[in-house]
Amino acid sequence: MTDTVTTQPVPPHRTAEEIGRTPLGPRPLPPLGEQRPAGELSSVDTVLPNGLRVIAVRRAAVPIVEVRLRIPFGSPSAADAPGHAARAEVLANTLLTGTARRDRVQLDTDLALVGGDLGTVVDPERLSIGGSALASGLDTLLDVLADVLTGAVHSDEETARERDRLVERITLARSQPSVIAREALQRRRYGDHPFSVEVPEAALVAQVTAEQVRDLHRGSVLPRGSVLVLVGDVDPERVVAQVGGALSGWAGQDAARELSPLPPVVGGDLLLVDRPGAVQSQIRLSSQAIARTDPRYPALQLANMVFGGFFSSRLVENIREDKGYTYSARSYLEFTPSGATLLVDADTASEVTAAAVLETRYELGRLGLVPPAGEELETARRYAVGSLLTATSSQAGLASFLANLAVAGLGVDWLRGYPTRLAEVTAEQVAQAALEFFAPSAFTGVVVGDAGRLAPQFHALGGVTLP
Amino acid sequence: MAAPELHRFTLPNGLRVVLAPDRSAPVVGVSVHYDVGFRSEPEGRTGFAHLFEHLMFQGSESLEKLAHFRHVQSSGGTFNGSTHPDYTDYYQVLPSAALERALFLEADRMRAPKLTQENLRNQIDVVKEEIRLNVLNRPYGGFPWIWLPPVLYKSFPNAHNGYGDFTDLEQATVDDCAAFFDTYYAPSNAVLTVAGDFAPEQARELVERHFGDVPARQVAPRPSFAEAPPTSELRGVHKDPHAPLPALAVGYRLPDPATDLDGYLAYLVLSGLLTDGDGARLQQRLVHRDALVTDVGSGCGLFGPLEARDPDTFTVTAIHSDQVEPDRVLAALDEELDKLAQAGPSAEELAKVTARWAASLHKEHDRMVSRTLGLGSTELLFGSPELLYELPERIAAVSESDVVTAAKALRPDARAVLTVAPAASADSTTDLPGGAA
Repeated sequence: MTDTVTTQPVPPHRTAEEIGRTPLGPRPLPPLGEQRPAGELSSVDTVLPNGLRVIAVRRAAVPIVEVRLRIPFGSPSAADAPGHAARAEVLANTLLTGTARRDRVQLDTDLALVGGDLGTVVDPERLSIGGSALASGLDTLLDVLADVLTGAVHSDEETARERDRLVERITLARSQPSVIAREALQRRRYGDHPFSVEVPEAALVAQVTAEQVRDLHRGSVLPRGSVLVLVGDVDPERVVAQVGGALSGWAGQDAARELSPLPPVVGGDLLLVDRPGAVQSQIRLSSQAIARTDPRYPALQLANMVFGGFFSSRLVENIREDKGYTYSARSYLEFTPSGATLLVDADTASEVTAAAVLETRYELGRLGLVPPAGEELETARRYAVGSLLTATSSQAGLASFLANLAVAGLGVDWLRGYPTRLAEVTAEQVAQAALEFFAPSAFTGVVVGDAGRLAPQFHALGGVTLP
Repeated sequence: MAAPELHRFTLPNGLRVVLAPDRSAPVVGVSVHYDVGFRSEPEGRTGFAHLFEHLMFQGSESLEKLAHFRHVQSSGGTFNGSTHPDYTDYYQVLPSAALERALFLEADRMRAPKLTQENLRNQIDVVKEEIRLNVLNRPYGGFPWIWLPPVLYKSFPNAHNGYGDFTDLEQATVDDCAAFFDTYYAPSNAVLTVAGDFAPEQARELVERHFGDVPARQVAPRPSFAEAPPTSELRGVHKDPHAPLPALAVGYRLPDPATDLDGYLAYLVLSGLLTDGDGARLQQRLVHRDALVTDVGSGCGLFGPLEARDPDTFTVTAIHSDQVEPDRVLAALDEELDKLAQAGPSAEELAKVTARWAASLHKEHDRMVSRTLGLGSTELLFGSPELLYELPERIAAVSESDVVTAAKALRPDARAVLTVAPAASADSTTDLPGGAA
């Protein structure tokens, strides 16, 4: 950079006050027009003879097809969860490194030539394989998918290399404040339940053998209980037949293993987790919620919107737009095998962390005691309907949304009917959900930050277990 | 890619307008691109263009603080803004019934934003939290976009930290905001883009109704940010107190996309050949064969391709084990570039890159946000929104010899190398952005 700071002439300009007004004065907000509904989705939802559920939807705006495969991949037992997580992580990272028919480069080449990509990710609940290709290349995409599901070799060499890379990547992941906070929250909420093991231990990953990965693949990568979603420029009936043909060799008597049910989240003190030298803290709160199938769900979603579910929410307007404590504050629902939980996240500078926790508790309490109504509720309702419309207006967005519904046993019908269900929610139902699910006493959680700076304030505030 | 229907016109006040109707989903995208980014902010005011972007959401003559967010969201829409080296964009994607409302909101803040001391102080705090979140409190924060430019470039506009130094941010005044607005946020310095579910005649009428009386203002000619490319290998070190592993970023200069677009696109293809997919050359060599790095990537532009004017940067980045000296990674990179420069890519390699680019451009077109912003930025930077739909063909036309030419230009004596040194014990609070070089 240059060493000297030159004073630049300020050009002639109006004052801020002059800029902010015009001779005409403030103008009225135009009304909304008439909303055209989204087009009907042509879709098929069926189960193949091998037990795989297939959902195919036509959405032909661009000549692409999106695929999302979700395979339940729970640990067989709590005791084995750390080992299972390590083996599953290596499996996910070697799945696309070679089959009996194709080596790693050939897999990439065949996909690339049809504009295709496939990726894998594993979490305590499931193994997910997702990607897309030019619609004209769907045959190739399905052939590659079938090939890796039935013929991935997880060779000794590729397993050794991916294992080494994983050890480094795990180190990288655990240096991210968001990952540190998530791990602390999972332990706080679920203790040793397998759901807590999202990032495996590097030492366990280093011990995983190719033989163990191949065994896991044979025993756990199973079609029964799994779901495949395809969205794009395709004919749903034809595509189901194509999938049936391509994946006919993928078989297994057993069903893929679901994660064992979770214990409910119980309210309690926050745990302060020390991260010495941190200039910012992660606040992570959580409470038990309900699944999408619960009749109270639409009311809960609207209550959550008003609390911290979008920008125009009480939490964001308070701790960001009024007080400037944070850039990112939000609340959201996380769907779990046995229902759902509420999460509240905010990252704040150390000097205002305790104050942000205080304001968050205040807003939690206020939601139940001064519940949303009138324009505040209508804003949330219109946002819930509209953002669902925009989020599912692209092929990729629709595919991912349907995959999330599908793992809860739901499908296109749920999506079709949801705007009406949101429209029918009453203010009383929202108030009831706010009182029930946002009670401050229902929340537990963690704060990750520099304990040396945070402890005196949290000691004074109370409700926080210090390290 | 089949070009959709595009309409372009300019209002008497100089506002350029792009309309891209498409009735396939009942959703619209509205964006405004202003022709000013962080390369234009004055010395002593690093981060100002981004801070000003935040202020544009804080109210205008017809809209109280918070009203902008509420009106977009109560219409069922989403919004955001972002600051780039050469432009600042604002967008909303909404159900199509809210088209007029979105135009009203953008016009109101183009005409008369409320720039107040209270909002400025509040947004300085919010921006500082954003920088703590994205840079100061995380590993590899700002890598490489903040730390590489001061090694590769000499002039303040190209080299400085666009997120800004905390000291500079805190010194920003309301009068700075007024001067910045009057200088850069004139209608003739902006592009309005409307994409999606509407009839073009109706949209044109609404645009004229809401933007027609935004007063015209003179805009000074845009300065050139050109500077000579490096004539030797430049080196810099960034200490990262949170990084567990070393990393490096290599920066090279790109051809000017405004005058040599096909030359620029050759680097887009080269990037695909080097790092896109397991079969790509650097993935094969650095990750799998020699096992020198954990991950490697490359690309045109610090924020993506075709998002900046000249001078723009081609980057190669890698995270590697501390057992590996950076020079070994560089030597392997140079060898692979040399092989490409000698023998060129195979026809199949080129076909792979071409097909993946075609698919990825289709996917971007399918997302209303990226379609709207893409049309606006290509109009602003290149005067041609159609370019977005010509790209697949022009990328497919990049030949073996074009790639050879590009690979030959990535020479060790004309690049910057930034290494990231993990410094687990360093005091993170002393490591503010803007402190490099």
